[in-house]
Amino acid sequence: MRWRLYALVAAGGFRRYATYRAATLAGVFTNTVFGFILAYTYTALWDQRPHLGGYELPQALAYVWIGQALLAAASLMGGGFETDLMERIRTGAIVTDLYRPADLQLWWLASDLGRGAFQLLGRGVVPMAVGSLAFELAVPTPWWRWPAFLGSVFLGLVVSFALRYLVALSAFWLLDGAGVTQVSWLAGMFFSGMLLPLNLFPGLLGEVARALPWSALLQVPADVYLGVRTGWDLLAAYAFQAGWAVALLTVGRTLQAAATRRVVVQGG
Amino acid sequence: MVPVRGRLALARDGFRAYGLIAMMWVRSTMAYRASFALTTLGSFLGTGLDFVAVLLMFGHVERLGGFSLGEVAFLYGVAGSALGIGDLLMGTMGRVGLRVRDGTLDTLLVRPVPVLAQLAADQFALRRIGRITQGLAVLVYAVVQLDEVQWTPLKVLMVPMMLLSGGAIFAALFTMGGAFQFLAQDAAEVQSAFTFGGNALLQYPPTVFAKDLVRGVTFLLPLAFVNWIPVMYVLGRPYPLDVPEWFAFAPPVVAVGFWVVAGLLWRAGLRSYRSTGS
Repeated sequence: MRWRLYALVAAGGFRRYATYRAATLAGVFTNTVFGFILAYTYTALWDQRPHLGGYELPQALAYVWIGQALLAAASLMGGGFETDLMERIRTGAIVTDLYRPADLQLWWLASDLGRGAFQLLGRGVVPMAVGSLAFELAVPTPWWRWPAFLGSVFLGLVVSFALRYLVALSAFWLLDGAGVTQVSWLAGMFFSGMLLPLNLFPGLLGEVARALPWSALLQVPADVYLGVRTGWDLLAAYAFQAGWAVALLTVGRTLQAAATRRVVVQGG
Repeated sequence: MVPVRGRLALARDGFRAYGLIAMMWVRSTMAYRASFALTTLGSFLGTGLDFVAVLLMFGHVERLGGFSLGEVAFLYGVAGSALGIGDLLMGTMGRVGLRVRDGTLDTLLVRPVPVLAQLAADQFALRRIGRITQGLAVLVYAVVQLDEVQWTPLKVLMVPMMLLSGGAIFAALFTMGGAFQFLAQDAAEVQSAFTFGGNALLQYPPTVFAKDLVRGVTFLLPLAFVNWIPVMYVLGRPYPLDVPEWFAFAPPVVAVGFWVVAGLLWRAGLRSYRSTGS
């Protein structure tokens, strides 16, 4: 019964984003344009340093298009439920949410996973297909690396949600979450590997970047796709993502409990 | 037909209105100074990350597409500052679709001020000077790095010429994007592919890209005039396509051309607008 509710909420999240067809088409177009630009610059880079970061050129190009495919789904540039939730906190509508016989965190997680699933299909598949027609991309073999990749993407979406949930909860204390949103966007862009694969980051910066939760959003799923992480290392990758997911969701719960204890609706 | 004199007066009114509305938003922004400082810093850092990626790339290679770090920084600085100027002036045109959707465009239509001026100045975001500052900072860094360039008075003059023309070209692109939203309200993101995407393209040397793509942005959608062609002249390097030398001085003309097209598209868009009524 409980799980049916969250399944329905997830389906609602999916349908909500599926409604805006023009926006989806526009997003696909933009992701494809950026994919082309990045693919050419990566080609220039790998032409000079053929095994840079342990990738061959087809792997580097696949990385570009995986990044474009996951950009919207994993909310690498922000966007998704957190603006809605922050608005509800600011206006005080959150009080009605807290009265509902459903868990606040699970509710938004379900809704955001629905959104992610749609954006993976709606905004991920076409750019990836166009990219593989225009460039020679590495393709996962054997076949089971595809489900392994999707599993890693799923865990990445949960980590992405957990991070943005913390961002949204900050509104309980700050009311205006614009600054926190911006910082989290910057961190997401830089540390997810969206600008450049994290294995190209030098020395300590690289080690720190690979250990931070944002690497679970793009770098880890991409490495699973590219076959960099197989066997026990694949399990280690999953454990890394799941570990961050659990840790961040727990922090979110604690913060939520603290926030709801001190919630005073504005005006009364 | 409105007589020429009437048109000039209209244009003057439009600019005046733009200035007044923009100033109003600046005053409202300044009511929250700390927030303004933080978001401007955020805008500075956010665009700066692109350049960090360029620096990280040059940590692995000496040259990219045959260009040194200083040369790429020069391309980056010009494109980034130009986009920043266009974004500051016309960046809010991305909200046209929103206004069509929620019906607030109608309010703008009944006011005795050109709709374009009202929309362009709507929510004027001074924090966008963060992007311009970041572009200019990289430009200064590039000029310091480029010791092999023989600076002549003409080459020095070309820098402000590129920034102004490039800013006008990007501003025109934002306007075209706004016009397109009369057709497809939810498709605001298409505009980003050309403005922010164009910037991402122009940050890298033209030699990196396929010849057909370079041809496209030289002759079809002449973004190459923002920086590629004039910068090649300043650096004294050949452009990958065979183009006459005077192309390097053509950016102002190209910018005017962009604005003629943008103006026509904007009119067509606005005329096609039908309110939902009540």
